Amino acid sequence: MSEHVDILDQLTASDYEYKYGFESQIEEEVVPPGLNEETIRLISEKKGEPEWMLQWRLQAFRYWQTMKEPHWANVRYTPIDYQAISYYAAPKRKTQPRSLDEVDPELRRTFEKLGIPLHEQEVLAGVAVDAVLDSVSVATTFREKLQSLGIIFCSMSEAIREYPDLVRKYLGSVVPPNDNFFAALNSAVFSDGSFCYVPPGVRCPIELSTYFRINARNTGQFERTLIIADEGAYVSYLEGCTAPMRDENQLHAAVVELVALAGAEIKYSTVQNWYPGDREGRGGIYNFVTKRGICLGESSKISWTQVETGSAITWKYPSVILKGDNSVGEFYSVAVTNHRQQADTGTKMTHIGRNTRSRIVSKGISAGYSQNSYRGLVRVNPSADGARNFSQCDSLLIGDKCGAHTFPYIEVHNPTAIVEHEATTSKIGEDILFYCNQRGIDTETAVALIINGYAREVLSKLPMEFAVEAQKLLAISLEGSVG
Amino acid sequence: MAEPILRIRNLHARVGETEILRGVNLDVYPGQLHAIMGPNGSGKSTLAAVLAGREDYEVTEGEVLFDGKNLLEMDPEERAREGLFLAFQYPVEIPGVSTATFLKTALNELRKHRGQEPLDAMEFMNLMRERAALVKIDPTFFSRSVNEGFSGGEKKRNEIFQLAMLEPRLAILDETDSGLDIDALKIVADGVNALRSPARAFLVITHYQRLLNYIVPDVVHVLYRGRIIKTGPKELALELEAKGYEWVTETDEVAL
Ligand SMILES: Nc1ncnc2c1ncn2[C@@H]1O[C@H](COP(=O)(O)OP(=O)(O)OP(=O)(O)O)[C@@H](O)[C@H]1O
Ligand SMILES: [Mg+2]
Repeated sequence: MSEHVDILDQLTASDYEYKYGFESQIEEEVVPPGLNEETIRLISEKKGEPEWMLQWRLQAFRYWQTMKEPHWANVRYTPIDYQAISYYAAPKRKTQPRSLDEVDPELRRTFEKLGIPLHEQEVLAGVAVDAVLDSVSVATTFREKLQSLGIIFCSMSEAIREYPDLVRKYLGSVVPPNDNFFAALNSAVFSDGSFCYVPPGVRCPIELSTYFRINARNTGQFERTLIIADEGAYVSYLEGCTAPMRDENQLHAAVVELVALAGAEIKYSTVQNWYPGDREGRGGIYNFVTKRGICLGESSKISWTQVETGSAITWKYPSVILKGDNSVGEFYSVAVTNHRQQADTGTKMTHIGRNTRSRIVSKGISAGYSQNSYRGLVRVNPSADGARNFSQCDSLLIGDKCGAHTFPYIEVHNPTAIVEHEATTSKIGEDILFYCNQRGIDTETAVALIINGYAREVLSKLPMEFAVEAQKLLAISLEGSVG
Repeated sequence: MAEPILRIRNLHARVGETEILRGVNLDVYPGQLHAIMGPNGSGKSTLAAVLAGREDYEVTEGEVLFDGKNLLEMDPEERAREGLFLAFQYPVEIPGVSTATFLKTALNELRKHRGQEPLDAMEFMNLMRERAALVKIDPTFFSRSVNEGFSGGEKKRNEIFQLAMLEPRLAILDETDSGLDIDALKIVADGVNALRSPARAFLVITHYQRLLNYIVPDVVHVLYRGRIIKTGPKELALELEAKGYEWVTETDEVAL
């Protein structure tokens, strides 16, 4: 019992969660479902937050109460009962599998296919192997090195306590609490997340990474991430997800904010592989995320790269506000949907500064009975002289029961702007597969070959190790989609 | 004589309710080149597709032995790995997959099947260069997506290039000559001749005697309404050219 309290304290009072990375090490103690001001006060208190943070959350909650869940995305799902969700989970020790032999074979098969090293498999599967804990979190391993460069990389909870000035200045500056329904919800109840600050002129020497996992059932997950690259700084951040099998729908509404000051560059890469539900679409995760970056300073650059294979429903538009003159925004995306998955994803590029440039490369792959939509907005404000955008939106269909949709919105309010949009649709049909078979290539390999070729331009933007993993992930998520 | 590479006995196949192959018999021996001719819609491509294992066709009767093994039991990729190659009448385009990647994957699958090590990048490149020269394929094609944006003739030449790379035991060429200009026809024919060997057999489907001037067949068959109704020496092709199919089909009608 005292052990439980101990750990609870550690989590709420420090960056425990981040040091040890994985919540699956611990069984979660869940606060009763429901959302009201009391819940928010409880969260804030458990986390030992200062008063200003509590007020910020409460303000967001009040916004949220006045807002309606958006339904314009091209996705369908049974309504979410926000009062049935539990908004805070505290950890306690649970009986862990003692070795990988006790782990769900399906999960292990996936790990093996991904080529995840054995010790990492153990961590991911929650095996009680203390010796490997540190290897999980790059944050821990490289923390000292980062500190010597003045780079701050810690959990959001820690940042709120240790770096309140930075947090107060930038939190909500890109995605205001009243931005949208899910952002307001996140602002009110966010559990934790990552915080990163890179000081002027510093090039972060390693790829910062973190793995997010969703654990206890029925626990909405509300991650909050804030990354700031000061003048002339550079940082590359990786976000990767794997999730174990679940039978109940889980809401995930994260907010990610990026701020690039003059001459700074932020690269944000995601491989998203949350549980998509079974073949009938039961039990997958709802992923309603708000990701946005602002190129605040001149000649700054923000680049989003995402490989989306998971979740039952994805609703996600990593965006860039191009405020600084000569700033650059990029969006590279591969979104795979199979079985009954639905994805509505894309980006928003808002050109404000002069000579701002944006590039959008979106590759949708749909199989099974899935629906895959690209939704993108390119807006050029009157101030954005010489703005340029190039968009390439390709759809690949596997089989004939799935759907691909493209909704490009273009709003140009400056006559000097040049906006280009290209779109293609191709299909992997029986003919192509038979042709490959006839050359000795089996169907699974053929599909992998084709989609890797198709997604190459996006995969090449990922950091090396990630690219390899992503490539395998694409093939795995499309397994059984043909033949 | 040696055992046949391909032995077809009383092969019947249909699509839906329509019977397209209605009792095909054929023996092809190592080193031989057989030409199959016949009017449009007689079932030539169907025969090729059934041999390659296309699922659209249901085999209702008969037997096919490939090097003594039951061909009809094998998956299409197994047939390919066992050494059956089909040069398609209409080669498909594979977006995003370079010719080099495609062929490397295919060749290494074949090698794996034969218990050989995969070729390394250098060996593979050298092999590609050497075989491409055979059908005068420009090395710039290696990095282009398979058949994507290729002209009709280039696609056909690419089929023969793949044949040269994969070195099958039995190569079936479905109208590889149609759509080729005279120079390309000569190139393809030279390529095929260079690839003839005592251990390999060819089944060449064509409408034109012209090709057979360059690629001299050992045997010529006429396929008509799903059956081989006439078999003869290379001169048969000349005779067909002169007299048309009616000449054989009429006698067939009588014989039936
Ligand atoms: N998948 C299919 N569905 C329906 N009918 C088919 C199918 N494939 C072939 N057929 C029919 O079977 C018959 C034989 O077709 P096949 O393509 O084998 O002829 P072919 O001898 O190759 O003709 P060509 O000289 O024009 O290439 C034709 O009547 C054709 O319409
Ligand atoms: Mg034909």
